[in-house]
Amino acid sequence: MPPWRRTAAHENAPVLGVIALGGGIGALARYGLAELLPTQPGHFPLATFLINVSGCFLIGVLMVAVTEVWTAHRLVRPFLGVGILGGFTTFSTYVVEIRGLLAPGSAGLAFGYLAGTLVAALLAVAAGMWLARRAFVRPERTVEP
Amino acid sequence: MTVLLVFAGAVVGAPLRYVTDRFVQARHHAGFPWGTFTVNLVGSLVLGSLAGAGSALPGTVSILVGTGFCGALTTYSTFGYETVRLLERRAYRTAIANVVVSVAAGVGAAALGYAVVHSLAG
Repeated sequence: MPPWRRTAAHENAPVLGVIALGGGIGALARYGLAELLPTQPGHFPLATFLINVSGCFLIGVLMVAVTEVWTAHRLVRPFLGVGILGGFTTFSTYVVEIRGLLAPGSAGLAFGYLAGTLVAALLAVAAGMWLARRAFVRPERTVEP
Repeated sequence: MTVLLVFAGAVVGAPLRYVTDRFVQARHHAGFPWGTFTVNLVGSLVLGSLAGAGSALPGTVSILVGTGFCGALTTYSTFGYETVRLLERRAYRTAIANVVVSVAAGVGAAALGYAVVHSLAG
């Protein structure tokens, strides 16, 4: 039996459980925000943009917190990172919205949304990591090994 | 009811993302995040197909499979984090390739799914 399957069968039931629960919670938050900020056809998809950028900021904070600051419980990262933030953010809605905007009259907006999300999301991850390191990591631990 | 459909779809989609990522990454030891790429590509194809079906599809299916399942199967946070980690490790070419290939393939898959299903449904 390959290693991934062995671990999946015997150790990962609680991990899969918290990922499922977190994913459900994250998806509900995404749905709620999308309902609050409905996107009209041909307009900038603000809800998905805010969801993906804020989720990227939070994963930056979380990953520094659980890999560089604390020895977190083994279910913390699956629940918060894979579950809630993974369920909250979405790649499929992002690309389907780009496809919808790729029409005469809104093609410029399609590329603006494509690039704008990418740049903002990557900066948000970096900002989250930077802030978390600044806030949590003690000075002697920031020294490169 | 709608809220339950979103939750039910995501309860399947999020663990499937994790299992797929583990499965794919165990077979590719290179630095490229193939696991996240795979779930994002599949989710984009499925959601594009649902969009192509339009009103031919019951709203409940769109919420369950689209908003719930595809939304939770795919992820922007992991995609963003993995890209920034590649940049931190100075794997610039891999980071750029990840961004370009993920977005191009994702939009392509969504467009393909939309076009095929739209022509069948129309």
